[in-house]
Amino acid sequence: MSAILETRNLSMNFGGLKALDRLNIDIPPGQITALIGPNGAGKTTLFNCITGIYSPTAGDIFITPPGGRRKQMTGLNIHRVTESGVARTFQNIRLFPGMTVLENVIVGRHCRTNSGILGAILRDRSTMEEEKSTVARSYEILQSMGLAEHVNLLARNLPYGLQRRLEIARAIATEPFLLLLDEPAAGMNPQETKDLESLIISIRDEWRISVFLIEHDMRLVMGLSDSVYVIDYGEMIACGTPQEIRQNQKVIKAYLGEDVSA
Amino acid sequence: MFLTFPIMVIRVDTIEKTIQWRLMNMVYVGLGSFVLSFVWHYLLAKGVSNRKVRADDEKGRMSFVQRVASEKRLSVHAIAIVAVVAVAFPFISSTYQTNIMTTALMYVVLGLGLNIVVGQAGLLNLGYVAFYAAGAYTYALLYYHFGVGFWLALPLGALAATILGILLALPVLRLQGDYLAIVTLGFGEITRIVLENWNEFSFGPSGISGIPRPGLFGMELGMQEAQIYLYFLMIGLCIVTIFVVNRLQDSRIGRALLALREDEIACEAMGIDKTRVKLTAFALGSTWAGLVGVIFAAKTTFVNPASFTFLESAMILSIVVLGGTGSIIGIVIGALVLILLPEYLRAFSDYRMLLFGIIMVIMMVFRPQGIVTGVRKTYEFHTEDDKIKRL
Repeated sequence: MSAILETRNLSMNFGGLKALDRLNIDIPPGQITALIGPNGAGKTTLFNCITGIYSPTAGDIFITPPGGRRKQMTGLNIHRVTESGVARTFQNIRLFPGMTVLENVIVGRHCRTNSGILGAILRDRSTMEEEKSTVARSYEILQSMGLAEHVNLLARNLPYGLQRRLEIARAIATEPFLLLLDEPAAGMNPQETKDLESLIISIRDEWRISVFLIEHDMRLVMGLSDSVYVIDYGEMIACGTPQEIRQNQKVIKAYLGEDVSA
Repeated sequence: MFLTFPIMVIRVDTIEKTIQWRLMNMVYVGLGSFVLSFVWHYLLAKGVSNRKVRADDEKGRMSFVQRVASEKRLSVHAIAIVAVVAVAFPFISSTYQTNIMTTALMYVVLGLGLNIVVGQAGLLNLGYVAFYAAGAYTYALLYYHFGVGFWLALPLGALAATILGILLALPVLRLQGDYLAIVTLGFGEITRIVLENWNEFSFGPSGISGIPRPGLFGMELGMQEAQIYLYFLMIGLCIVTIFVVNRLQDSRIGRALLALREDEIACEAMGIDKTRVKLTAFALGSTWAGLVGVIFAAKTTFVNPASFTFLESAMILSIVVLGGTGSIIGIVIGALVLILLPEYLRAFSDYRMLLFGIIMVIMMVFRPQGIVTGVRKTYEFHTEDDKIKRL
């Protein structure tokens, strides 16, 4: 099984600050991989490098879509990354607040549809068919996410937990093979976190989308992940199964500090 | 009140060396300030209650116009009435009336065009007049040099404006908000100044005159018929614009524009090519300005740079903002109000601009969101019949 996403010696500097330092990460297909680390460790920076929001200072990123060939993804534009099948959500929710729940997901279908200006004006048959199937498909996604009853609500009026869910739904609408979730459980209550856990598992098992997530909720990470990467000060300090990570001395040190005698 | 005492009440007559005590003035000042403070408090209270209502429910504050627009039967009646009035208008009123109505209709199209850029894509463009000028000068120059007629110039003017729009969009792709506004403002002014000073190209401030009005199947039209003809031409263009803009608004492209306005990074993360969408927005917006520019040249039979000042851009932007950003009906009404009002206020001669200003201020106090709030068409999904219904 080869990895679907690989970073090779990925580095990102902001002036003198090394946010990422020669990171080598492999994301295996069909699994949930977690990325943890203390605040400011460079987790979101890594996500931003992968999705093209930052272009890394050095190093390479490769993707291997299922059934496709390995290709270089370093420095691609944000929308090209999404087109190649890597979708993401954001740490601070970035929905389109003035659009309805359904419309949010429809926008997610943008890169998988292709009607243009002329089609929009003439409303010819192929455009209308595409429009119809887009709406139907978007509704299907919302249904399976448990958002069907809110389709006509404006996104900004959605409760917080459901906004996170909608963001995931919108990302899934772009038909990714890898989904990057940036702190999906942030600000959620225990019940919502539990629902989220089963949602992420269903993304892996039913949607067959690999998941790479950043999370601070250790119980969620340990219960959910197939493997865990730990980074601190932009460097990888450990990787392995949740069980191994729990016992790793370096990880304990990074989280709890030098002088703790466990 | 007491502070005004020395000025208002005591008057020293320096010639007769006496002091006049004008005590009645005191009463006037008191009454005046009382009324003003009453109005002030009323407005404040109104503002507070408005905000409450807005928070309460969204449908409750639908204005009359929106209700007409959203209810099918009402809107059919409304359209029928508007159509009858529009057709009958040039025959029941004077040439002067027809003329200003044509101008107002031109601004309707300009407003709708700018709305694509400002209202839908959220890109503040203060140099919109440049594209208007591009259309007008395209016709003027093509006629002057090659004798090109109106109907051929119309698409060419639109094309010239579109190309200019893309040329402007390319350097400003990375800019947002205030910076974008400054650059577009500068662009508009540069265009005007070039037209003013490049004598060999645009004949400078004296402009180009003798541009022919559009012909009707080769017939030579008299002054009055030509005005009426132009009026109907503008009606036609308005209908086409509303039709096209409306369809664009709820299409894949329209949604991409909207997403761009709502959140740029999220929009890109959805696989939308930001560059392309921005270029499309500018191109689509300036095309309309080009079309209207050609008609403007034909209407006035004369173009010079003085017609394309920043004030025009500001006027068109006011139409969009006053009418209700993003709302098509709002912009139509906004254009009619803003262009016709100063004309009909001519009766008040010297005070008309003052009155116009007061009306605008009152407007912004009571309805800062515009005449018709941009309650967008949204997709309503109904599972029963598996159809989307548009509200």
